[in-house]
Amino acid sequence: MSLEADVEVTLDPFTERLDLRVDDGEVVAVLGPNGSGKSTLLRALAGLQPLSGGRIVLDGETLDDPSARILVPPERRSCGMVFQDYLLFPHLSAVANIAFGLRCRGRSKAEANRLAIEWMGRIGLAERATSKPAQLSGGQAQHVALARALATEPRLLLLDEPMAALDVTARGPVRHRLRHHLETFGGSCVMVTHDPLDAAALADRLIILEGGGVAQRGTLAEVTARPQTAYVAELVGLNLIDGEAHGTDLVVAPGFALETASPASGARLAVIAPRDVALYLDRPDGSPRNAWPTRVAEVHLMGDRVRVLLDDPVRVAAEITARSLAELRLTDGSPVWASVKATQIDSYPLTQP
Amino acid sequence: MAGTITDRRRRPAVAVVAVATVTVAFLALPLIGLFTKVSWSTLGTDLTSPVALDALRLSLVCSLWATGLSVVLGLPLAWVLARVTFPGRSLVRALAILPMVLPPVVGGVALLLAFGRDGILGTPLFDWFGVQLTFSTAGAVMAETFVAMPFLVITVEAALRSMDGRYEEAAANLGAGRWTTFRRVTLPMISSSLIAGAALTWARALGEFGATITFAGDIQGRTQTLPLAVYLALQGNEQVAIALSLALLAVSLVVLVALRGRWLGALSP
Repeated sequence: MSLEADVEVTLDPFTERLDLRVDDGEVVAVLGPNGSGKSTLLRALAGLQPLSGGRIVLDGETLDDPSARILVPPERRSCGMVFQDYLLFPHLSAVANIAFGLRCRGRSKAEANRLAIEWMGRIGLAERATSKPAQLSGGQAQHVALARALATEPRLLLLDEPMAALDVTARGPVRHRLRHHLETFGGSCVMVTHDPLDAAALADRLIILEGGGVAQRGTLAEVTARPQTAYVAELVGLNLIDGEAHGTDLVVAPGFALETASPASGARLAVIAPRDVALYLDRPDGSPRNAWPTRVAEVHLMGDRVRVLLDDPVRVAAEITARSLAELRLTDGSPVWASVKATQIDSYPLTQP
Repeated sequence: MAGTITDRRRRPAVAVVAVATVTVAFLALPLIGLFTKVSWSTLGTDLTSPVALDALRLSLVCSLWATGLSVVLGLPLAWVLARVTFPGRSLVRALAILPMVLPPVVGGVALLLAFGRDGILGTPLFDWFGVQLTFSTAGAVMAETFVAMPFLVITVEAALRSMDGRYEEAAANLGAGRWTTFRRVTLPMISSSLIAGAALTWARALGEFGATITFAGDIQGRTQTLPLAVYLALQGNEQVAIALSLALLAVSLVVLVALRGRWLGALSP
């Protein structure tokens, strides 16, 4: 069985609508910019935010259905949630935090304690069992929060930005452990994140949420290869250009077309990797079709690479080496020639998410 | 050595310091007066005289009952004020705080008109159940509760407001019902404020005079609490009045010291 949700939440003046299917053992990552409604989705699934429309069904049980006047309260849903800042109860020890949910789900005090201690061992923190949350490191607190959620054996696991509260150096190992726990967890999992690395390491499928609706969905490979929105393209570092195809010509600005390798027609999106955009001071020799004079808008240093943003007649970023930058002597406003091979422009149709 | 740095600081205005000194004297002199008048040799017998013992015992009983009632009645009110949005909430909050600013004697008159023999609720209470609150220990407890409860309500409401409500959501997510959530998450997280509020309430109830004497009267052993006994003793046996005042002062100091970390500590550098 699995999670089937048609979510419609109205938080005046904002309405969020999306549908979501998650199979058993599957991890779906929900990515989106701030304010896109990611956390609201999790709150709706957990029962902390009632739906204004739609339906949530988990393993055949309807949890929320406003039209049928069904609303299962959060404490009677089998949804374990790991909150962004964990929300471990500050007055309880780590082991008591884990035992809390077990007690609430009807285990005896002794049994809850035994299982909680077992979980502390499983997350590698047996010796920190009696520590208060304030004494735990960020990574340890995250593991305790995860154990607290998993100990109740939920059918649905909800992770709200599981790495956001950790400093960058702690994320790698924590992500590794989280992956291990997700692999042994048999239920459905929905993870909200804004970090594509989390999605790459942990998720089977991605949903991109923007402006209160689904902008794109698919596997990581599908989404990153053919982004449908500027947000996704920026996330994976690609140039996204929209245009209209006439054969192998893709008109991307008034009176300006790029040549692509495969003919098509109608509205299309195209991605160009910044490293495939070459820069010259003069018109390049051999006159490749896709060469155009333009102007440097911004220059960003990224380690030993340099990202040069060009904005006329189409907005494209080129990635060159620091050495090339020195040779070309480029600064903001410098005139420059850009060129891209037709075979390095991947154009594809817009899809309905 | 320590003076080298402070000497370079801008000196505070002399006039301000002078006024502040006068203020300190104004606050301290009455206490000094109290201490100088204490007859230490007879203190023991003064405090154990029948009138004093009755007042001490009654004050302890009444103030503890008033504190208990304030917790039982005030905690749900504080929760509702902090967590439930409803029309007229600020009106209810004003009502809950009103006894703090209301002259206690007015509170006593109001209680009399509501629960007295001829009061709105007092008449049926007496006619149907034979219950008379005026001139009874229960009346003294009521008067103290009426006046002191706001201290509990505002302290606990503030604590509930500043507590992150998402902890309660986390508890619900783990399967805790409302009562379990309140008992195992909310209450422990506001416990220090609850204790502080209860201590303030107790101190206020212990010192209650106006509402008590107006509503419950001044009957030794039944409604004559410490402040009433002090006032009465001052007319006749001054030494007993001073001894009892000293006892009340000691209690106030204990409460102040116990709560210093909460309020005084926050203000000191």
